[in-house]
Amino acid sequence: MLLALLAETAHHLPDDAPPPFPPFEAWHMPGQLFWLAILFATLYFSLSRFILPKMSDTIEKRSDRIASDLDQAAKLNEQATEAQQALELRIAQAKAKARETANKAAAKIDAEMTAETARVDAEIEKKLDAAEERISALRATAMQNVEQIAVDAADAMTARFGLKASAADLKKAVSTALN
Amino acid sequence: MNFALQNTAIDPIHQFQVSKWLDLSIFGVDISFTNASGFMLLGVVLCIAFFGYAASKKALVPGRTQSMAEIGYGFVADMVRSTAGEEGLRFFPFVFTLFFFVFFANMIGMVPYAFTTTSHLVVTGALAMLVISIVIGFGIWKNGLSFFKLFAPSGAPWPIYFILVPIEVISFLARPVTLALRLFANMLAGHIMLKLFATFAAQLIGAALSGAVFMGVVGILAFGMGIALNALELLVAGLQAYVFAILTCVYLNDALHPSH
Repeated sequence: MLLALLAETAHHLPDDAPPPFPPFEAWHMPGQLFWLAILFATLYFSLSRFILPKMSDTIEKRSDRIASDLDQAAKLNEQATEAQQALELRIAQAKAKARETANKAAAKIDAEMTAETARVDAEIEKKLDAAEERISALRATAMQNVEQIAVDAADAMTARFGLKASAADLKKAVSTALN
Repeated sequence: MNFALQNTAIDPIHQFQVSKWLDLSIFGVDISFTNASGFMLLGVVLCIAFFGYAASKKALVPGRTQSMAEIGYGFVADMVRSTAGEEGLRFFPFVFTLFFFVFFANMIGMVPYAFTTTSHLVVTGALAMLVISIVIGFGIWKNGLSFFKLFAPSGAPWPIYFILVPIEVISFLARPVTLALRLFANMLAGHIMLKLFATFAAQLIGAALSGAVFMGVVGILAFGMGIALNALELLVAGLQAYVFAILTCVYLNDALHPSH
């Protein structure tokens, strides 16, 4: 293909000279090799002696720094975890203490309440007893009054019938009828 | 229009012409400083300037230039490490130099009117011979005669070796040739293609301006093709530098571990 290309371009060039294909011309080859050797060697030495060591130094320092920073971060993280654990422990202690205090207070209040309830209950009982006593007394009085009224009514009725009963008989008859 | 001038303009080989900038000779050998040497010098100077500047930065958090240089460093270091192993890193400066020498030469060649140093077989051939000399020299220095186990991989039944050894020898001898030719041919053919499409487009558009409108349509297509080829050649310029460097690593790996 290259040869075809050469043949193609050949007729554009002056007729008397054969077409030179620059990469295959011999005259410049020693010079090319000479300058390649010098320039490649220059590049190699300046890179390998000065530039690449500096770059690898920078890169290494950076990775060292990153590693040490990571170490430090891990250490700080550990400290933080420890602090958190301590805090949690203290919170738990405080909660337990609070619960205890609350329980104590509740127990105290319970005791006070039972005592108060008992006292009030006793008082109420006493009042109830008194009231009942009074009620039964009143009832007895009332019953007596009823008996008297019945006796009077019976006296009046017997009187209307023209009879006369003794007070003691009347009383006896009324109480028999009532009971 | 001058007919002769027009014809030199479409000569796609013209761009590879070596011309003397400074006449020099040593012991009767012509070592003139040519345009080829000039652009090679430019590449080396740019390479040293770029990496020298980047290396002088030493910032913990790299800036753009330092970052680019360090990416290049890491790229070549990974390439060497993955193909030639940790022992291969002793050749890291060499592979780095080789890669960026070729890379800068190829990239400078992409600039219009610049000379492509790597489009000359004598340059790529010299680099390939340098690589293969180092492979052979280091291989024998490190492994002694067991370096030649490279030509007789273990594990094959013995009659196979009558075929295997010549094949291995031929493939080894072909290495410098293919290494040199691959880079040379890629750069040469690529730049010829670029030149052809560019001049083709220019001529067709010129013809369209003098009346042949259809020629203009083809010319615009050729121009688009030229743009696409430029992109492709840019890729090839980087890729061929990479291929050259990674094959060097592969060959160096053979010198380091010949029995593999």
